[in-house]
Amino acid sequence: MSRAEPVAVRALDGLPPLDGVRSGSGLSRASRDAAPQHQAAAPRQAPGPLRLVAPARMHAAPLGKISSRDAALRTLGPLALLAAWAVGSATGLVREQTLASPWAVAAALTELVQSGTLWANLSASLLRAGAGLGIGLSVGLALGLLSGLSRLGDQLLDPVLQMLRTVPFLAVAPLLVLWFGIGEDQKVLVIALATCFPFYLNTHSGVRGVDPKVVEAGEVFGLSRWRLIRLIIVPAALPSLLVGLRQSLGVSLIALIVAEQSNAPRGIGFLMMSAQQFFQAEVLLVCILVYATWGLLGDLLVRWLERTLLPWRAARRP
Amino acid sequence: MTLAIDVRGAVKAFGSRLLLDGLSSSVRRGEFVALLGVSGSGKTTLLRVLSGLEVLDQGTVAVAERRAIVFQEPRLIANLRVLENVLLGRGRSKASLEQARQLLEEVGLAGLSDAWPVTLSGGEAQRVALARALLTEPDLLLLDEPFAALDALTRIRMHELLAELWMRHRPAVLLVTHDVDEALLLADRVLVLKGGALATDVPVELPRPRARAASEFVVLRRRLLAELGVVEAS
Repeated sequence: MSRAEPVAVRALDGLPPLDGVRSGSGLSRASRDAAPQHQAAAPRQAPGPLRLVAPARMHAAPLGKISSRDAALRTLGPLALLAAWAVGSATGLVREQTLASPWAVAAALTELVQSGTLWANLSASLLRAGAGLGIGLSVGLALGLLSGLSRLGDQLLDPVLQMLRTVPFLAVAPLLVLWFGIGEDQKVLVIALATCFPFYLNTHSGVRGVDPKVVEAGEVFGLSRWRLIRLIIVPAALPSLLVGLRQSLGVSLIALIVAEQSNAPRGIGFLMMSAQQFFQAEVLLVCILVYATWGLLGDLLVRWLERTLLPWRAARRP
Repeated sequence: MTLAIDVRGAVKAFGSRLLLDGLSSSVRRGEFVALLGVSGSGKTTLLRVLSGLEVLDQGTVAVAERRAIVFQEPRLIANLRVLENVLLGRGRSKASLEQARQLLEEVGLAGLSDAWPVTLSGGEAQRVALARALLTEPDLLLLDEPFAALDALTRIRMHELLAELWMRHRPAVLLVTHDVDEALLLADRVLVLKGGALATDVPVELPRPRARAASEFVVLRRRLLAELGVVEAS
């Protein structure tokens, strides 16, 4: 080894070693043999001092508080959009009939609030959605618990519900009109039908997904069926239930919009329909804003519920 | 002589595999018995039969009515705080609350009674599981490799703690383990399971607390390891 090395070094002088090894043409036999040896035997070049850095997560967004700079940048987009709208309306680039100006919308909103029209319609919509959600969530929860907790329940209920859930509720809405007329019942039922399935699915999978080892531990310590459900199964399924709630809230809004567009005497949907008839673009925009706020508040509600109902999830090892 | 466990001719098959093949054995009241065996020898199956989680195909099994179990993983309920986890097997009466607090102190976790399980280390969680088992005042304590997932240092401390708790509460203990040292440090008797039947049943008559370096300890250790198919260089 120590003898071969100087040969190799000499032979490789001025030649890239890998090239020499691969082609081998211009090199003597000795140097061809020696070249790989040299590579294997040569001690790794003594490394210089390493650059040490503070350990940090790689490629991950920094956690913790959003800086004010970050917040400012984030609001930039929406503000630009609003500004473009305002400029477009002021210069006449956007026609008033196509998209009402921001100030027209603000004026319409003030007018609707002051006259009480907005609240009268909003409260009707809220009641409708609330009743529908109440029924839909209760039915979804009951069915989900039944099929999640009992094998027989699962065998009897799940296939039927999995089949029915694939039917879009909008397709069933006309049938409900046929059955229940165009009154309040039909509207509440459309919402109930739409919200029942997402809640059922998430309840079912949440209950089914509870760690059987923990359930076993509860059984070994002699917990009654009821205590097992209350102390272990339902809390463990709660995250899924909240996902279901989030989906149901979202779908309830869609169902509400659809339901209110056919013969509603009051409601945000009714307001929209009449605004459309009278070409009141600014009122339409107010209604869209109301729906958007509604959706946002629903999402915030679920987030708040997640924080309050699942305190053990927020806990972390110090 | 009163028994805490009495198993006769136990047979349990899983498909075509015999997990228990005519096993018979008993454990006396207050006795500390360690159950050794290689993986698949039927240890866990026996423990699951004893804790009522599996039913025998043949044979009889009788166990003390008041029994508790500690699994290899702590199996704490994530949505219940430490104290409530300890109280799982009992109601929330004033007496049991008091006792639960005391047990948490015995296992050295008095300050953590309001903590969530996710915030505990492995050793702490396993101590909560021990306290939870002891609160039921068991006549029989079943331990399924309870320290297998812990680091070596924590395991040594847990051995001491378990010996202490056993002395104080005196339940019969069946400790399933892979660790020959653990068995010899803690048990009055060591059983070795092979192919679902009892291969060895040796008393460990060493004074407590036991030292691993004692010559009798070393001899017994070698014998049991050989029984388990491990031959160490001398």
